[in-house]
Amino acid sequence: MTSQTILSGIIVDDSTEFTLGELSRTCGMPAEWLLALVEEGVIEPAGADPARWHFQGHCLRRVRIVRHLQTDLGLNLAGAALALELLEEVEALRQRIALLEE
Amino acid sequence: MEYRDYYQIMGLKRDASQDEIKRAYRKLARKYHPDVSKESDAEERFKEVGEAYEVLKDPEKRAAYDHLGANYRAGQEFHPPPDWDSGFEFRGGGFTDAAGGGFSDFFEELFGRQAHGAHGFRSRFDARGQDHHAKVVVDLEDSFHGAARSISLQVPSLDAQGRMQLTSRTLNVKIPRGIREGQMIRLAGQGMPGMGQGAGGDLYLEIHFRPHPFYRAEGRDLHMQLPVTPWEAALGDTVTVPTPDGKVDLKIPPGSSSGSKLRLKGRGLPGKPAGDLYITLSVVAPPANTEPARAAYRELASQLAFNPRAGMGV
Repeated sequence: MTSQTILSGIIVDDSTEFTLGELSRTCGMPAEWLLALVEEGVIEPAGADPARWHFQGHCLRRVRIVRHLQTDLGLNLAGAALALELLEEVEALRQRIALLEE
Repeated sequence: MEYRDYYQIMGLKRDASQDEIKRAYRKLARKYHPDVSKESDAEERFKEVGEAYEVLKDPEKRAAYDHLGANYRAGQEFHPPPDWDSGFEFRGGGFTDAAGGGFSDFFEELFGRQAHGAHGFRSRFDARGQDHHAKVVVDLEDSFHGAARSISLQVPSLDAQGRMQLTSRTLNVKIPRGIREGQMIRLAGQGMPGMGQGAGGDLYLEIHFRPHPFYRAEGRDLHMQLPVTPWEAALGDTVTVPTPDGKVDLKIPPGSSSGSKLRLKGRGLPGKPAGDLYITLSVVAPPANTEPARAAYRELASQLAFNPRAGMGV
């Protein structure tokens, strides 16, 4: 068997930050689209203006879900944002149910 | 190669109207969308439905597909007849982003060349490679101890003719200690290769835990249910409890009952700070399947005036 190198990555958590450009590249969507998400309140940047914005690691997951909902189901931004919030609520409720059913 | 029955996948008759196809797709896409659905095979079904819709929504592709005939059965061995597509021209409806490159061999053989060829090399040269995302399922114990896991990925790539093809790629990846459900690992430079001088994209692995027989993870904390005897709960005792990090002794306070919660601080997933292990007691009565056991129950009954239904007014 050939030996393979083991790749080490970093965990994307809330100590990981993305600039607008990095987030745009990582989710494969233009910066204008991310600006619209900020306006919709889906993601909240820290920093004074877009050039200095920083997004916490958990934003990546939300952004990807919104993008999938938009492209796959044809939702508009407000609809996708609402669906995302409801999905997160359902997830939290499922966790509680699992806890109570134990 | 196996024949795929796109009408069957979408639950449609072969004479379905374009409107019916669209409606069926919308309904199935919502049902099986991997971000929405909790069904275990959601992702696979979603891809299947997307592929079927890709063909059936496009009147030209649909006509060519119908032209193959209705005599094939799903899963049947299939080779496209020579010149099966003569007289059809695929202008390509374009690929949805989710489905790009993820279609079956059957689809690729029939429509792959035409559909992808048109899109060919659109990017300018010296472009940075795209970031790639994949989901990975690991054991809870991997987060406890850290582990190296071999991960197989299907990667779409363009061959010399600009055709999309799927290649399988195996990576050995270190699962960092303390990783939590839903977190992503970023592997720099392991995404899609760049064009020309462009750097490779990054690979993001989204981590999910395989369901564990005892533990359920919630963030850094773990939850488990611990069976105890009525006397351990009533009188208090010290019992041995399994944790992913090894056995520990747990003190059960007197007067505990089913549903009582205990917390083992720092026994959850490792990290700074480490999570906690929450233990919910579940009192299990011994079976009365021997004469001594029945005698013990009768003794209890005669000694205790206990009515668990007192609160119900009976």
